Amino acid sequence: MIKKILIIIFTTYALTINVIASDDGELILKKNDPAEIEDCSENFNRATFKFNQALDGIIFQPIASVYRKLPSPAKTGVSNSLENISHLVTIPNNLIQGDFKQAGVNTGRFLVNTTIGVLGLFDVAQHLGLTGFEKEDYGQSLATMGVGPGCYIVLPILGPSTARDTVGSTLNFFGGDPWYNVTVRNDTQYFNEANYYSSKGVSGVDFRAKNFDSIENLEKNSLDFYASVKSLYLQDRQQRILNTKKIIDTQDDSDWEEISQ
Amino acid sequence: MKIKKIVVVVFLYLFNYNYSYSIEPEIFVQSTVNRASKILSENISKEKKMDELRLIAKETVDIRGIGFYTLGSVRKTLNDDQKKRYAILFEEYFLKSFSSRLAEYTNPEIDVQSKEILSENYTIVNSLLKGTAERPEVKIDWRIYTKNPENPLIRDLIIEGLSLARTQKEEFSSILNSNDNDINALFKTLEEFSKN
Repeated sequence: MIKKILIIIFTTYALTINVIASDDGELILKKNDPAEIEDCSENFNRATFKFNQALDGIIFQPIASVYRKLPSPAKTGVSNSLENISHLVTIPNNLIQGDFKQAGVNTGRFLVNTTIGVLGLFDVAQHLGLTGFEKEDYGQSLATMGVGPGCYIVLPILGPSTARDTVGSTLNFFGGDPWYNVTVRNDTQYFNEANYYSSKGVSGVDFRAKNFDSIENLEKNSLDFYASVKSLYLQDRQQRILNTKKIIDTQDDSDWEEISQ
Repeated sequence: MKIKKIVVVVFLYLFNYNYSYSIEPEIFVQSTVNRASKILSENISKEKKMDELRLIAKETVDIRGIGFYTLGSVRKTLNDDQKKRYAILFEEYFLKSFSSRLAEYTNPEIDVQSKEILSENYTIVNSLLKGTAERPEVKIDWRIYTKNPENPLIRDLIIEGLSLARTQKEEFSSILNSNDNDINALFKTLEEFSKN
């Protein structure tokens, strides 16, 4: 009898948890739906976007066009090192989001790649089965706690963001980013500010080079480049927040069906 | 007796006809990709490549469907003349944009990897664009409309999880919003794009 009661309680509990999880997931999905996010200061954002485009044309695009010609092993090494540094923000966010298993895997990855992988140049950890790295940040953690995105914002130099993600990024400067702490915040004998800012600059060039053709192509073929970038950024954030590689139901099938009738 | 034979033959023919023309979405995608790749690797001018890519797009993409999906709820407010005009303008815009984007690639290698049947009408085909020395590999998913299994059609490309149809819908929505939902403003933008 007790066994039966326990089974009923356990089953009810499991189902309730599932329902809650499902509701949370749907709520987070809805909250972060690009179509639902308001562009509160569109004129200002468009002006900043233009400024960033000009900056890209002067700095990032020319450097990226040279960088992408480097031999593949060199680019892979740089990408690996940058990814290794980003573990430092990802791991605390894995913990905040309750993903303890991935936090363990990422800690293992960081330790192995920093030591055996020569400061992250080589991703040795993947050969030891430590795979599945996905960047996490404080904006994503806030989203999983149910914090809505707020307005869409285009930041000078840094590019597209939302109010929530901007708040999340500022947490990096208040102790949330160990790399910032050891380079800028604290006076250590091993690193200095230049290490931090150069890593951020190289990260921007690396991103630009990886997406070089896509960005050029998108700009050339867009009717409204600003709107395209906004849509792509918000779709990407929605996916990252939900930690899914699956195709989010980006299209209301009934919307399509009406067309075909 | 002869009539009976004829009926049996006709029946068998029709059966085989239907059977042989039902195309699996993943085979449809791979064959479409192979056709495009062949054109892109040919030693012909960019304009010629674009012309041939347009023909492939006309056969394999639900351009009209994407066009009206992209308009969103505004399409419900259009009269028949506006719908006709929009369909023509959108097709011109789409074909130019599509062929221009693809023509930049030389000999892209895309491997179809798996598929996920979403419903009777939709299958997602998963593929991978192989990386080169200059760009990393890219995951591309294809939303295939399978209501007519004999004539599957592409309705969306989802690149690394980002839907092109959705991006285009939001782009059009932005143009309409900036112009008090005046469809003529969108017509003008589409015309200008196609002319340039």
